[in-house]
Amino acid sequence: MTRSAVSWADHPAAVALAGRHRLRAWEPIPWLLALAFYFVFPKYLGFGTELLITILFALSLDLVLGYAGIVTLGQAAFFGAGAYTVGMLAKRGIWNEPITGLILAAAVAAIVGLGSGLVLLRTGGLTLLMLTLCTMALLEEAANLAHDYTGGFDGLDSLQITPVLGMFEFNPLYPKTQYLYALSVLFVCFVFVRTLVYSPFGQSLTGIRENSLRMHAVGAPVRRRLVLCYALSAAIAGVAGGVWAQANAYVNLGTLGLDRAATVLIILVLGGYGRLYGAFVGAIAYVALSHFLSKIYPTAWQLGLGLLLVVIALFARNGILGIIEAAARRLRPPRATS
Amino acid sequence: MTTPLLETRALCRNFGALAAARDIDFRLEAGARHALIGPNGAGKTTFVNLLTGVVAPTSGAILMRGRDITGVDQAQRVKLGIARTFQINRLFRRLSVLENVYIAVAERVGAAPSMFQPAGTRRDVVEESMHLLETLKLTADASRRISELPYGRQRLVELAIALGLKPEILLLDEPAAGVPSAESHIILDAIDGLPRDIGVLIIDHDMDLVFRFAQRITVLVSGAVFATGTPREIGADANVRAVYLGQASHG
Repeated sequence: MTRSAVSWADHPAAVALAGRHRLRAWEPIPWLLALAFYFVFPKYLGFGTELLITILFALSLDLVLGYAGIVTLGQAAFFGAGAYTVGMLAKRGIWNEPITGLILAAAVAAIVGLGSGLVLLRTGGLTLLMLTLCTMALLEEAANLAHDYTGGFDGLDSLQITPVLGMFEFNPLYPKTQYLYALSVLFVCFVFVRTLVYSPFGQSLTGIRENSLRMHAVGAPVRRRLVLCYALSAAIAGVAGGVWAQANAYVNLGTLGLDRAATVLIILVLGGYGRLYGAFVGAIAYVALSHFLSKIYPTAWQLGLGLLLVVIALFARNGILGIIEAAARRLRPPRATS
Repeated sequence: MTTPLLETRALCRNFGALAAARDIDFRLEAGARHALIGPNGAGKTTFVNLLTGVVAPTSGAILMRGRDITGVDQAQRVKLGIARTFQINRLFRRLSVLENVYIAVAERVGAAPSMFQPAGTRRDVVEESMHLLETLKLTADASRRISELPYGRQRLVELAIALGLKPEILLLDEPAAGVPSAESHIILDAIDGLPRDIGVLIIDHDMDLVFRFAQRITVLVSGAVFATGTPREIGADANVRAVYLGQASHG
């Protein structure tokens, strides 16, 4: 066994594995575009902030769905948990600082994720899908009933958030701070998720997605890994919800609703799941499509979206990024080993 | 008598009215090359599932080196040194061959929970995985996805993953099933090349393979041990021939 003179570091497979986490040449582009947006479209920064938050939320879903293969329809439970954490603390004047507020939002969402994950992730498939939906519905109803704390159906508005770093004020009319704040938070969370998916832990998550039976047979604590991943994803969704509450200075039941959970799922399927940047592409495509379709067909534009999703589900399982990858592979000259 | 590497005592497993395992007393010695044969539905795969902890026994005990491991879960048994291959490939189909083996090795050496270090920078895991691929002559396919490989090559990856766990006990569930005869020698060579000190239990229908490989054979019929002995004894046993060997040579 100790014939160790040979090193395999130069083998193409080892090189590919050792280099797959490195920054690709095109990777700064989306971030530069997001920065350029700030200068080119100063009137649309409110819209831009919403888009960035949606991307962050979709990214949290990509971690559980795209990488670990956990099928969930209840991701908004964590978005709402984060949003209400920020909202309730700010409304009562307990905590108004934004950055630490997000850490609290992440912690609360992670605890909700950990608690529900420990129970839910004993199941799988359709059962799991329904249970995630139920968990979210229960939280939504709890938020509705706990009127004294959550404002019930009306939600909580006019939240007072102190300036970021004590310097940059959130101005509801000119959401410049909100935009750059959301972009910074997205960047930090993205770096975290990106690091995670290329780590041995991330590799084991893809293993669970590809074949959980085999993962058990190689001695992996499958459920513990899934619950951990679920809680981490919940924390990121909670951060997204927290930013949303801070940027809009209000929270309502919509942060916990099926609408939000379903939209983010559509976005991820549209963009391509398990690809990190699928969240970006999907969110932009979704917003552009809704805008375009509602213009040409104001009454039933969602029908167009539905048809497109059917087409994607049937012919392009890997979403828009999958189509781009396939095209790029065709254009590139074939290599010795594919 | 020395303590066997793996032992079962009166192991039973019922699925409803069906007794898939009935009072199985079985011993696997260290360094053994043991074969488990029996007609379809004899309970061979159930027996492997019992040994690996996939299904819990209805009654009876499983011991490893004299220690009762009946209540130990699947992942813990792998850590104790029990690895298996599956009758039907269970691989990470959209991952590369190297990544498939990497996952197993990373799990064994305890690298898998690490979150903030790129997987490829665990040189020790990559090197060991590549070395393993070399011993199974899979180096040329290391970059390819499992879904691009012919079935026979996939069977070798199945074996590579199990070996990546450095088992003391290796359970091979029909390792050559579905492999074209032109390629089956690669599997057989790989099995011949296994470290001598590990105990190997092989399940197969292929009598050539079984008689070439095994020093000891256990015949399972209807969930119970029908006969145990050397290949010569089993081959000469008229009852075994009647229930099994005769059929196999025709089918």
